[in-house]
Amino acid sequence: MEGQAQLTLGPVLFNWPAERWRDFYFSVAEEAPVDCVYLGEVVCSKREPFFAPMLEDVVARLEAGGKQVVFSTLALITNAREAQAARELCEDETLLVEANDPSALGYLQGRPHVVGPYVNVYNEDTLLYLAGGGARRVCLPVELPATSLASLGRAAQGHVDLEVQAFGRLPLALSARCYHARAHGLHKDNCRFVCAEDPDGLPLKTLSDQPFLAVNGIQTLSHAYVNLIDELGALQDMGITAFRLSPQACDIVGVAGAFRDVLDRRIDAEEGTARLSRIVPQAHYSKSFFEGAAQRA
Amino acid sequence: MRRRTLELVCPAGTPASLKAAIEAGADAVYLGLADETNARNFPGLNFSPRDFREGLALAHREGVKVLLAVNTFPMAGNVGPWRRAVDLAVEEGADAVIVADIGLAAYAARTHPEQRLHLSVQASASTPDAIAYFVERFGVKRVVLPRVLTLPEIAALNRAIPCESEVFVFGGLCVMAEGRCALSSYATGKSPNMNGVCSPPSHATYERDGDALVSRLGDFTINRFAAGEDAGYPTLCKGRFRINEDTGYVFEEPASLNALDHLGELIGAGVVALKIEGRQRGRAYIAQVVAKVRAAVDAATAGAAVDSGGLARLSEGGRQTAGAYRKTWR
Repeated sequence: MEGQAQLTLGPVLFNWPAERWRDFYFSVAEEAPVDCVYLGEVVCSKREPFFAPMLEDVVARLEAGGKQVVFSTLALITNAREAQAARELCEDETLLVEANDPSALGYLQGRPHVVGPYVNVYNEDTLLYLAGGGARRVCLPVELPATSLASLGRAAQGHVDLEVQAFGRLPLALSARCYHARAHGLHKDNCRFVCAEDPDGLPLKTLSDQPFLAVNGIQTLSHAYVNLIDELGALQDMGITAFRLSPQACDIVGVAGAFRDVLDRRIDAEEGTARLSRIVPQAHYSKSFFEGAAQRA
Repeated sequence: MRRRTLELVCPAGTPASLKAAIEAGADAVYLGLADETNARNFPGLNFSPRDFREGLALAHREGVKVLLAVNTFPMAGNVGPWRRAVDLAVEEGADAVIVADIGLAAYAARTHPEQRLHLSVQASASTPDAIAYFVERFGVKRVVLPRVLTLPEIAALNRAIPCESEVFVFGGLCVMAEGRCALSSYATGKSPNMNGVCSPPSHATYERDGDALVSRLGDFTINRFAAGEDAGYPTLCKGRFRINEDTGYVFEEPASLNALDHLGELIGAGVVALKIEGRQRGRAYIAQVVAKVRAAVDAATAGAAVDSGGLARLSEGGRQTAGAYRKTWR
């Protein structure tokens, strides 16, 4: 199977300054050994206008760098403006779109698309139903255990590609409420974009001082970074064909290089693990749902 | 037959609660089988196939509808129990089956095209187009709206959707978008979506630390109560945590949803059914809450003043909130 696996870069989930966002993608375009890059605002529609003027340049650079570009929809659509934006994105037939809200499944019906990790695909029936509607790749929900991945991998063969997140904080929950604003005594409507203060998420600890979660606007992430670099072989054997790196405030080019080298067998998983520890020394790594609850702390 | 303009949909975690809900004025009861196919899969709760048959007969004698919740997401490699739950609902004559999973909805629509389907809140269909997806493909007749929408958003949605809508009016309040929250799963390994349990008692512990009482879920501290402070259950999203140097209820204080003050607006918004959360609650709680909400709904329907009080002691932490129905909650 080696050599066939794709490496993808998920959408930036955090509110980075627009220039940082642009420069991040410029460096990915030129240096990161990923096959596919997801672009777009997934968490909060209020952030989108900041980087929208730079989108065209970023897409051009990524495509010039040989990357497939996929446009990700918002994960939780709650008003008519957001619904309209998602609809317009999906109706542009020149684009490959990742559906993250069930609304988008209808817009994309009948033509090739990607289904993102915020759409609940837990079993073969749902997987094959969506494949029948045009899904070419499905990035599976983060909480699926290895047994489910294996079952879905068997069902997917010949029908649809399967992707799992292999690096970065895990998106665990979405809400109508903005917890960044709430932490600052504000509401979502007058949030003053306080989420921009935390380019890697706002750390949340338990009252026993244990790092637990990270707040990112309406989204809640794990504090730990999932890291499946030493399970890539096992995942490929299960039928997983693409691995998603979720951007963090770190050297993502270096991270992508480590994953690519392991996938291509230039280094072994042990060396890949060691390299990731050097590249992102602040990260607490975990295999999380892949292994079970006891590993998560 | 009771005829009402707003259908009051009440939780039945046990046959005793089902009876209590009917006696207190339910128009419909919703319940689940005693396994992972429903989202309140707690020990000692729910219905065996035989209990289901008997409860259904009792409810139908009283003119009360029965809705079977098959609203978790079938496990990969083992979808059989979920399909059989749908089959059982059809065989026994349930008035509707509440589903969340796309594959299961497709199965129900294909195998039992005459069976009335409701879309569970767990499907997180919060827009006209998301709802249309399920209506057009699977013939869904009613959607239970996610608790992410304001009252004006619900009114606008109802003008745009081709099916009925049901909203929560009282009880436990998910502060996260339902069906899209893996927090409890992350902390305990038991998933609301797959196993039907959130913040399960099997993983809740309490421990003394000097004068304080520490509540935990799995390996994580969810709250710490000083001497004399009332200690609540460690529901993850209602816990106290630390951000920078500040300690507090980061997501939500322990509180129950109470939308009785907004019944007029909900009727005006075109909602056809009101749901009370709480299949995990006991018979006495069900009897009191259903009677209180019944009276409020009858008053609102008649255009009379609604008494929304009297439910505080039946609320989590004694606190109540209108949740996302009010925009400032966000």
